[in-house]
Amino acid sequence: MEAIALPDRQNHIHRKGEQPFAIRCNADSLAGAVSQRACVFCGSRVVLYPIADALHLVHGPIGCAVYTWDIRGALSSGPALHRLSFSTDLQEMDVIFGGEKKLRRALLELIDRHGPRAAFVYSTCIVGIIGDDLDAVCRRVEEETGIPVIPVKSEGFKGNKRAGYQAACDAMARLIGTGATGDISRFSLNILGDFNLAGEIWMIRDYYREMGLEVVANITGDGRVDAIRRAHGAALNVVQCSGSTMQLADMMEERYSIPSLRVSYFGIEDMSEALYDIARFFMNKYPDDPEARAIMERTRELVRREVEGLLPKLEKYRQALSGKKAAIYVGGSFKAFSLVKAFRLVDMEVVLVGSQTGTAEDYAELAAITDPGTIIVDDANPLELTSFLKEKGVDVFVGGVKERPIAYKLGIGFCDHNHERKEALAGFAGMLNFAREVYSSVMSPVWRFVPGRADAASL
Amino acid sequence: MGKKKPDFISTTNACKLCRPLGACLAFKGMEGTVPYLHGSQGCATYMRRYIISHYNEPIDIASSSLSEKHAVYGGGPNLKLGLTNVAEKYRPQMIGIATTCLTETIGDDVAMYLQEYRRDTEGSVGLPDLVHVATPSYAGSHMEGFHGAVCAVIRQRTEGGPCTGTVNLLPGFVSSADYRHLQEIMDGFALDRIMLPDLSETMDGPALREYRKIPAGGTPLARIRAMGRSRATIEFGRTMADGSGGAILAEKFGIDNHRLGLPMGIRESDRFFHLLAELSGRPVPAVFRGERGRLVDAYVDGHKYLFGKRAIIYGEEDLVVGLCAFLAETGVRPVLCASGGTSGRLAASITEVTGDLLPEQPQVHEGMDFFEISELAQELAPDLIVGHSKGYPLARKLGIPLIRVGFPIHDRVGGQRILHLGYRGTQQLFDTIANALIAKKQADSPVGYAYM
Repeated sequence: MEAIALPDRQNHIHRKGEQPFAIRCNADSLAGAVSQRACVFCGSRVVLYPIADALHLVHGPIGCAVYTWDIRGALSSGPALHRLSFSTDLQEMDVIFGGEKKLRRALLELIDRHGPRAAFVYSTCIVGIIGDDLDAVCRRVEEETGIPVIPVKSEGFKGNKRAGYQAACDAMARLIGTGATGDISRFSLNILGDFNLAGEIWMIRDYYREMGLEVVANITGDGRVDAIRRAHGAALNVVQCSGSTMQLADMMEERYSIPSLRVSYFGIEDMSEALYDIARFFMNKYPDDPEARAIMERTRELVRREVEGLLPKLEKYRQALSGKKAAIYVGGSFKAFSLVKAFRLVDMEVVLVGSQTGTAEDYAELAAITDPGTIIVDDANPLELTSFLKEKGVDVFVGGVKERPIAYKLGIGFCDHNHERKEALAGFAGMLNFAREVYSSVMSPVWRFVPGRADAASL
Repeated sequence: MGKKKPDFISTTNACKLCRPLGACLAFKGMEGTVPYLHGSQGCATYMRRYIISHYNEPIDIASSSLSEKHAVYGGGPNLKLGLTNVAEKYRPQMIGIATTCLTETIGDDVAMYLQEYRRDTEGSVGLPDLVHVATPSYAGSHMEGFHGAVCAVIRQRTEGGPCTGTVNLLPGFVSSADYRHLQEIMDGFALDRIMLPDLSETMDGPALREYRKIPAGGTPLARIRAMGRSRATIEFGRTMADGSGGAILAEKFGIDNHRLGLPMGIRESDRFFHLLAELSGRPVPAVFRGERGRLVDAYVDGHKYLFGKRAIIYGEEDLVVGLCAFLAETGVRPVLCASGGTSGRLAASITEVTGDLLPEQPQVHEGMDFFEISELAQELAPDLIVGHSKGYPLARKLGIPLIRVGFPIHDRVGGQRILHLGYRGTQQLFDTIANALIAKKQADSPVGYAYM
């Protein structure tokens, strides 16, 4: 049988139990391997995208802007500037003579037109090559307009998506610390790494409100520039999707002594644990404060109510899905931890789990929480994923748009857990949506007509 | 025309895509071919995602995944490594290499790299053909990329020889259903055709229970080589630049080139069918005559719903021309025709196909984005919008129907199965438009008629 992976890819694949844990990761993608990864620009763009009252101007030829136009399901409760796609649409002459002048004029035009609270200017591949001085242009426009104009160093080739996360965090770091924090409660937090897909952050904010906590800034779901500017006034950073925003939390810890907690809002277990962790944090911080105890009390009540309401509704799905096999391939591996647990909750078996940008620690943790025989893969591609899915006899594949046709061509169910989705999967209600979505794909009668399935109707 | 286009420095919500994307799609219509982008990893992934959301089909686009050091020292080594990896894993017959803004700007000489690669791998068995096209994203749109890839293959792969009697068909970028229908039409005239490219199967394949590394279908490479021996070429595209695929074949091999508009509406379709009749020496087959007859009948039956309705039309320039040709025949009045393309030929082409039908020519603007279209739209009081799914926000704002055509269709299923061409495609568009206008009238009515 032909080897599944190219020789240079084989050490990116780990089969739990068959060998001691070791995996190569966080490396440049192999040329010609058809990686599912995007680029530095993509990393920056997805993180900053949901800041709804900022101008997001992509400095480069049209592609980078047009492929990221309104692609995230990140909702806003107010302004929706983030849903427009702005570009300098560099042309040949700009490439030859430099794009600085065009960039400045485009910025002035758009700031005048839309009155944003800040502007992010993304550099793309060729900006780094033609040597436009983004910093100088941004500084000048900032002086002229009086709003923060922040360069995002996101040239596509300067690393992978993780480098883009860093660039986005660096950009936000320039905003934080510039707003007034006088009236912020001592029981307060920032939400980092939730992007308000399908309104998820509103659900999470409701939980915090019920617990008696003030949310200072959403970073970045339903995000606002002014809120981010005062984020340094919060008592705690609660970090989901740690791959993308942990660097920012670390910076805030260093600069403003704000501790952080890593959480996940996916699945009953992780969602409950997140709320308890936060309540515990304030108990420890203010051991004799009755308000801290009250927060814990309210948290218990919230979790009890939600879980009690949810479990009976999940039962129908658990019974139907029990014993089915699931595969996971996602952008950041932190989400994969929660998905493994969420599948367990409905009695499903995870046989493949991988990510585009996981770190060695992430994969070690995945290896620890999965069953023997599970395939763990870093920076995979369609051919590898296909062969794993077939080998393992998977019933449902969880991934993003690029993974969907792989599942469907193989006659396998699919659940979209990427940033484009329009279904809320976070929070307690999200767990039910997740189970329902997996159920409605796995249990569909359409698979009976896919040729080659054991249960297929023949022609 | 008359009115001046709003002139902004910045682009908001572009009405075009970048050039390498078009090249990838064209390569995807060649048998056994893997598209390959010489650039950073993100380009390939973004384009795959964009294309998948329309077709719901796998599209594997390889990349040389350049990183910082390659941008400094040149991307040659990674290009070659990538080619070897693609050859090993995909076993393609051909790799279609398109450049990106990055590799064009750093000045990578792809032709030279490929020459070196061929030299270095000489004698190895099973190595694929390599074709390459320059697609700097800062010049032109995806349509230049698409035509560029077709031209590159024709220039680099076709061979001369004794005439075989085949007819070349270069339809440009149309839907998978359109490619299928065009084959059916050619077959109806018993014409041995070589259609380049052919996305009918590669981007609209059956459910399989297996992942074909390279989906079946596409123009066979042997047939592409044989295009140099055909007796005629038909190419669609009134706004296409000179130096098109048909022009290259004419110049290289002296093959007659017939350039037509996309066969949309009765008259543009007639031109195509008449040409086929002439080339085949056969009358238009009864099945298509029947379709034409039913189309005229449908025009008559539905004319009152369409007459005088004001339409905004946008998208690729040749599609816009075809839509105008069709809509003008029905009594719809195009009031604004817009494209992100910049052929310089859009207005003249629209006049050519609608001049005697429209009381007044529409405003026609090239190089437009959706912000500019929106700026003009309000005062034009349109009744409908015809274009791809990115016009939905505008249609929603104006509260009027969007008739989805072309690429991309990101908010409906089956974009690849929308039929636009021939009498049959026109019929489907006509019914869709008439019904959308009826549905709008019905929904807006306080009465709630179930009998329109």
